[in-house]
Amino acid sequence: MALAPAITDLEQLKSHPALACLLGWNPASVEGAKFDREEMTIYAGRAYLREACMLLKNDPTCDFSYLSDVTCVDWLPEEPRFEVIYHLFSIAKKERVRLKVRLSGDSPAIESITSIWPGANYGEREVYDLFGVRFTGHPYLRRLLMPEDWEGHPLRKDYPVEGYR
Amino acid sequence: MGHLTALPDIEFAQDKTMILNMGPQHPSTHGVLRVILEIDGENIVRIMPDIGYLHTGIEKTCEAKFYHQVVPLTDRIDYLCPLTNNLCYALAVEKLLGLEIPPKAQWLRVMMNELTRINSHLVWLGTHAMDIGAMTVFLYCFREREEILRLFEAISGQRMMTSYFRIGGVALEPPLDFFDRVRKFADIFPSKVDEYENLLTGNPIWVMRTKGVAKLTAEDALALGASGPTLRGSGVDIDLRRDNPYTGYENFKFKVPTATEGDVFARYMCRVAELRESIGIVKQALDGMPKGPIKADAPKVVLPDREKMKTQMEALIYHFKIVTEGFTVPEGEVYQAVESPRGEMGYYIVSDGSAKPYRVHMRSACLANLQTLPKLCEGRLLADVVAAIGSIDIVLGEIDR
Repeated sequence: MALAPAITDLEQLKSHPALACLLGWNPASVEGAKFDREEMTIYAGRAYLREACMLLKNDPTCDFSYLSDVTCVDWLPEEPRFEVIYHLFSIAKKERVRLKVRLSGDSPAIESITSIWPGANYGEREVYDLFGVRFTGHPYLRRLLMPEDWEGHPLRKDYPVEGYR
Repeated sequence: MGHLTALPDIEFAQDKTMILNMGPQHPSTHGVLRVILEIDGENIVRIMPDIGYLHTGIEKTCEAKFYHQVVPLTDRIDYLCPLTNNLCYALAVEKLLGLEIPPKAQWLRVMMNELTRINSHLVWLGTHAMDIGAMTVFLYCFREREEILRLFEAISGQRMMTSYFRIGGVALEPPLDFFDRVRKFADIFPSKVDEYENLLTGNPIWVMRTKGVAKLTAEDALALGASGPTLRGSGVDIDLRRDNPYTGYENFKFKVPTATEGDVFARYMCRVAELRESIGIVKQALDGMPKGPIKADAPKVVLPDREKMKTQMEALIYHFKIVTEGFTVPEGEVYQAVESPRGEMGYYIVSDGSAKPYRVHMRSACLANLQTLPKLCEGRLLADVVAAIGSIDIVLGEIDR
């Protein structure tokens, strides 16, 4: 089975409900999109993320009511360095969509979505702990897995696999 | 992980409340979960789980391994259902590669995956019942679990850390009498589930300790990201095996048990009903087991058979290449979710086109389910905490990774 090439053209993808919904609301909120291996990815503008999530959750044509996962990827040495990734799931339609926000490596911060999905709490704390991305408006932004006095953020690419000795 | 300070961030509400520490070595916390409780007499005012005691940095380790070397690591995440982890990882990498898996491998995967679910639910049932005070159930459950572990040993050589599902198929052909042994087990198992239910379902002490205890509404469960039996016990009918079928689950008929009460008893009933459904799927897999290869036809990805390796030069070259250099995976990213015994287990893998994954993230069902604990416990009695923790079926290895 050969892999079909990824589609990144917004014109071709705009029939996808999630993308249509965001474009209809505010075209500036979408920085790009990708359809690859049967999975939809939308790059959202950093300033619009919280409202975009709210819209995708509440709009009846999208109905992405369930937040599966929050995670992050470090693209060192590229800039913008961090990608924070949200996997949304529609229980009614059994569909998934991936929202991505790019953040610069220089004191990365983004608005927390715990007010929309309280379940984002641990996911955001984990990303803060392991990547050092701050979530503004998070109710309790403390390290989740590492000890409180740990130095550095282990999942960053400039952190050695064996740790500092 | 706030364990450096004795009392992380809990300020005393009034003089009459008291802080109680539970764990991380408490026998009913199923591993190393620490829970900090603020109690007013017997009533819980606040409860705060504290995790991270089992953090092993598996996600970071994965970035330093070849794709095929990650498989044994996935066993160790959720050590009660290693095959589900293997499956989810293998499916994600196969999606990245665009590999097609032969039918026999898919059916073997379904069968072993359901046996793992039974194995995991049996450990849950035994320990959960023992937490609440019913010792006998534990012995009964481990009697059947032992047989499943023997089956695992027969097919993969390992009782617990199986690593049986590989990228592109399964590791080995099952041994000769394997299917007969599985069928024998599948035939007697429903009567064993009746035995467990005889001990618990109508038992007045069990009912008093579980009915109406630690309730969770469907709205709260969804908002907090709960999944699996924890979510279905609150009346939300979702099961990824049926709704987002993978590895051939669309060929099997099974019911998705749900309950509406959202209490400990409802979650118990869901899981016990799942035991019966799972053994039904195992029987269907045995009946319809197709013939054919157990590995995909992809010599650059799948290790060749031992015999070919010793007789054919190409096979030897591919074997050497895969073991020493790994195989490259086209650039891209996938999120593959499967229904583990505990809920939605997801693997998010990013490939940069090299032989090692750029990023592997495991979506842990237990981590999300653990977030419901304050909702389950606050305002309730101290003795119910143990029942509540048992009912969401957490495995700390998966939470901390």
